[in-house]
Amino acid sequence: MNITPDNITIFHWGSFAVNATLFYTWIVMSILILGSWWITRKISSDIPVSRWQHLLEVVVSALRTQIRETCDEEPSRYMPFIGTLFIFVAVSNLLSIIPGYHPPTGSLSTTTALALCVFVAVPLYGISQQGLINYLKHYISPSVFMLPFNIIGEVSRTLALAVRLYGNIMAGTMILAILLIVTPFFVPIAMRAFGILIGLIQAYIFAVLATVYIASASRAQEEKPQNNESNKKGDA
Amino acid sequence: MDNLTLIGIASIFTAGITIAIGSIAPALGEARALAQALSALAQQPDEANTIIRTLFVGMAMVESTAIYCFVVTMILIFANPFWNFFLSRAGG
Repeated sequence: MNITPDNITIFHWGSFAVNATLFYTWIVMSILILGSWWITRKISSDIPVSRWQHLLEVVVSALRTQIRETCDEEPSRYMPFIGTLFIFVAVSNLLSIIPGYHPPTGSLSTTTALALCVFVAVPLYGISQQGLINYLKHYISPSVFMLPFNIIGEVSRTLALAVRLYGNIMAGTMILAILLIVTPFFVPIAMRAFGILIGLIQAYIFAVLATVYIASASRAQEEKPQNNESNKKGDA
Repeated sequence: MDNLTLIGIASIFTAGITIAIGSIAPALGEARALAQALSALAQQPDEANTIIRTLFVGMAMVESTAIYCFVVTMILIFANPFWNFFLSRAGG
């Protein structure tokens, strides 16, 4: 029984051992890239839309709606990053209904990489939105004494993001393996169906949390003028 | 008792205690969150989308404490570093 797919070696490529995490990440990536290339190859705006184009349109418009509702902004800025995160995590979780597949999100390396992407994207979006000085100011926003706590918060929420996704998916795989030993036939099927739900919810949560973090970093300045205005009104 | 036995006993016992205690508080917290969300839904059914989205995100954050405990338990049972260290030393 393996706690992480990092320990499973699929094949050797020279002296380089390709483990299950890498291998299945590549499979998910190729499914996403080839699939979207193949669908958008004959994209059209005519009325009889092909069914695969329908699928992509539903996914993209649902993502845009969710991002707009979460951060109250035009979703186009966040769409490439958040959408990629969601689709990658969702597909790699959903494919776990295929026997023999180990979800790459069940490895702490993958989830740490994804969380680090969010960790880097937050200051990038924040700086591009409100400039370097203004972004750095929000680290000392209530007072200078809050600086270490702000930094700790930034790091610990990245850690929480990584461990949450890893823990949930690993828990699903692990419970399934244990149930297969205890009650071999019916219960694992029900748990696997439950695992699909968990996988989708976790992908959703990962994307929503990333949106919230990024939006809060790039919106921090916009709230200040409102406060000043309300203060002025109060003064007047 | 040699080191391996002691580590085995301590690991299994601690794993059970960890997941037992570590799941009580998140369970109570999630139950409270769900109850509050349901009463909010009953009062304002129009805000269902916002309430449910916030509920999911909040529950995931509450649940992560239980998940940390589960990860620690799994590490204690299946990937215990002390066990592996003493096993490799006993093996030579």
